Amino acid sequence: MFKHLAAGIRSVGHRTIEGVWQLGHATRFFLLVLLKSGTSFRRFGLVIRELYYVGVLSLIIIVVSGLFVGMVLGLQGYETLQKYGSESAVGTLVALSLVRELGPVVAALLFASRAGSAITAEIGLMKATEQLAAMGMMAVDPVARVVAPRFWAGVISMPFLAAIFSVMGVFGGYLVTVTFIGVDAGSFWSQMQSNVDFRIDILNGFIKSCFFGVAVTAIAVFEGYDSPPTAEGVSGATTRTVVTSSLAILGLDFILTAFMFRGI
Amino acid sequence: MTSETLVEISDLNFSYDARPILKGINMTMKRGQVIAIMGGSGSGKTTLLRLIGGEVVPSSGYVKVSGQVVHQLDRDALFEIRRKMGMLFQFGALFTDLSVFDNVAFQMREHTDLSESMIRDLVLMKLHAVGLRGAHHLMPAELSGGMARRVALARSIALDPMLIMYDEPFTGLDPISLGVIGSLIRRMTDTLGMTSVIVTHDVQESLKIVDYVYFVADGVIAAHGTPAEVRDSVAPFVHQFVHGEVDGPVPFHYPAQSYRRDLNLENALV
Repeated sequence: MFKHLAAGIRSVGHRTIEGVWQLGHATRFFLLVLLKSGTSFRRFGLVIRELYYVGVLSLIIIVVSGLFVGMVLGLQGYETLQKYGSESAVGTLVALSLVRELGPVVAALLFASRAGSAITAEIGLMKATEQLAAMGMMAVDPVARVVAPRFWAGVISMPFLAAIFSVMGVFGGYLVTVTFIGVDAGSFWSQMQSNVDFRIDILNGFIKSCFFGVAVTAIAVFEGYDSPPTAEGVSGATTRTVVTSSLAILGLDFILTAFMFRGI
Repeated sequence: MTSETLVEISDLNFSYDARPILKGINMTMKRGQVIAIMGGSGSGKTTLLRLIGGEVVPSSGYVKVSGQVVHQLDRDALFEIRRKMGMLFQFGALFTDLSVFDNVAFQMREHTDLSESMIRDLVLMKLHAVGLRGAHHLMPAELSGGMARRVALARSIALDPMLIMYDEPFTGLDPISLGVIGSLIRRMTDTLGMTSVIVTHDVQESLKIVDYVYFVADGVIAAHGTPAEVRDSVAPFVHQFVHGEVDGPVPFHYPAQSYRRDLNLENALV
């Protein structure tokens, strides 16, 4: 009995220590990436190349998802608002939901599964096939040459993708409510214009997406660089990237929302 | 240490998680020679290369390359000395997102200020030396195993290093590619005045091209000598290894309790 209890406590302690150690390890790696980012900015071509893979290739999923999310928002918002006779407020509802929450959050979740997983898999495979070791033996630092450009490409892409998501969402809402259902276009836009504040709504949404961009790409590059150099290791790391960054996005979103939108 | 000696390894110990891998290794490698380090799988050969390249730090003892103790160098000095070393990884480790040309040009672009036209000429010359000038536009995924190994060889001589290390260069190659890689290693060592260290367990191919052989077993040097000495050696381990015998000092069976006990026949009548 006592033995089992001791073993249980020991395992909890062991996992806690392991977790804290891993967190410290990840933080140290994150600082290392920042420290070695000089190359990325001196040779911006490296980042531009990654921007294409991380950002441009994520556009299709972001554009299509944004459009559908906006259309659903428009439909649901209209159904509810018309009961109270205020269906002209549907533009405000769509825009605020997107700019404050859904734009940054859903775009970041999609970004984590599309680009984050790709970054982890690529870096993990480069490690497994000894490409990173080979680079190190050629006196080229893999963190500066491989990791940092991908990190910065992710950080730069994320706010743009979130903005594009929101714009497409507003367009989708417009399409459903104004074009199909027949809400007045003038009130749709003017209510939106008077109720969406640049600083409170758009700027805060932008700040959110920046935080998410840093979180997702930092997790992705760390998991890739830290993955065991085997097929199993890389697949496990890719899964962890998607799971951990999704949780990080939602957790961060709650904290940021609490700071940004309380008492407005 | 004479100027003749490029690599000097003295009383080198290395442990991985308290498990000793290398136990008191001593070696000297002369300039211009091709040296083979042989031993079974898991005998610590690759670790030895990683120690020479400064990727890992020994528990005690040292590796001196060109008079400098590798693990005592700071990062800049280590990178400086690595520019004079080449390494051929087991499966080439070519950068899969770069073409053959860009792979060979990689170090020139990272470490030198040469113009693109100069780099182009140099890359084509290096590729010509391994017979793959015509393949410069291919991507690594389009190459066969032997071709990838040759491109990796061209890449490792890109900056004319003084020392090249080869990690299992013969593994998984057909007989023609195997002969090509072997003769390339010998020829390049002679024409470029380099020193080559080959880690391998391919006895027949490597004995044809090397000047000196070290056998590593269980973390110690079991034997060493010239290829002729090794072929004629009567030492049981060397004999077993060179002739590929199934049983000998390296047993066929993994240590286990007695066979009879495992099959519960301890008390049975014979």
